[in-house]
Amino acid sequence: MPLDADLRLLEDLRDGHESAFQQLIELYQSSMIRVALLYVPTRVLAEEVVQETWIGVLKGMRRFEGRSSLKTWIFSILMNQARTIGQREGRYQTIEWEEAGDLEPSVVADRFQSADNPYPDHWTTAGRPDSWDTIPEDTLLNKETRRYIQQAIDDLTESQRMVITLRDVDMLTSEEVCNILGISETNQRVLLHRARSKVRQSLETYLSEQH
Amino acid sequence: MSIPCRELVELVTDYLEDTLSPEQHARFEEHLSECGGCRNYIVQMKETIHLTGTLSEEDITPEAEEELLRVFRNWKDHPTEE
Repeated sequence: MPLDADLRLLEDLRDGHESAFQQLIELYQSSMIRVALLYVPTRVLAEEVVQETWIGVLKGMRRFEGRSSLKTWIFSILMNQARTIGQREGRYQTIEWEEAGDLEPSVVADRFQSADNPYPDHWTTAGRPDSWDTIPEDTLLNKETRRYIQQAIDDLTESQRMVITLRDVDMLTSEEVCNILGISETNQRVLLHRARSKVRQSLETYLSEQH
Repeated sequence: MSIPCRELVELVTDYLEDTLSPEQHARFEEHLSECGGCRNYIVQMKETIHLTGTLSEEDITPEAEEELLRVFRNWKDHPTEE
C-alpha cells in the first residue's frame, strides 16, 4: 500500500513541483542504476534505462492508482525499460543465480566444539563471539569501517551482492527484491543470509584487529 | 532440546525475517536466553545490517540531474498521457 509520504509526493509531482521530482531522483536514482546494470552491460545504457524510466513515470503518473507503493511501481517501469533496451542492444544480461543448495557454513566449523566434547556444536571458548558493546560508536561508524564493509560486499558473489545491496543499502522489502530480480522468496533469503553472514564475519575480523 | 549454536547461526536470517515456525522460533529464543555467545552473535548481525545501511550512495552527477530536470520541465510544459 502507498504510504502517506508517497501520496504527498505524487500530488506535488502532479502539480508540477520540481522539488518533488528532485526528491524522487535522490531517493531512487542510484538504486535504479544498480538494478538497470543487471540487464544492460554498460553504465551508459543503464543511465539511458533510468532516464527512460523517469519519462515513463512522468507520463504514466496520472494512471498510477496506488495499488502498490510508488517505489514498486517505479521499479516495475524500470524493469520493462531495462528489458526493452537490453533486447534492443542484443546484449540482454542474465545473472547466474546460485541455487539454495550446497550450503557453505555461516561460521567456520572450528569455532564450535567437536563431537567428542561435552557440548558438541556449541561455541568453543576461543570461538565464542565477543560483545561489541565496548567498541566506541566512532569506531563503528568511521569511514575506515564503512570502507571495509563496502569491500566485504564487493567480494561477495554477484547475486549475493545484489540481494544485500537492494535489501540493506537500498532498503527494499523482500517482496520488492523478489519481483525485481525474479527469484523466489526462499532463494532471496538464502542469498541474503550468505551475504550478511560473510559481511558480519569480515567486520568481526576487522574490529578484532582494531583493539 | 534447545538448538546447538552451530545450527542457530544458520537460522539467524530466518529469525530476523520472521519466517521460522512458531516452534522453531520458541526454540531459537530459548537458546538465546541461555547462551551469551549467540546473543553476541545476533547483536553483531544486527549491527552489521545497521552499518550496511549507512553506506553512502553515490551521488548523481550535476549534469545527469540537470538532464533529468530538463525532462521534467519539458513534461510540465507539454504534459502527455500514454
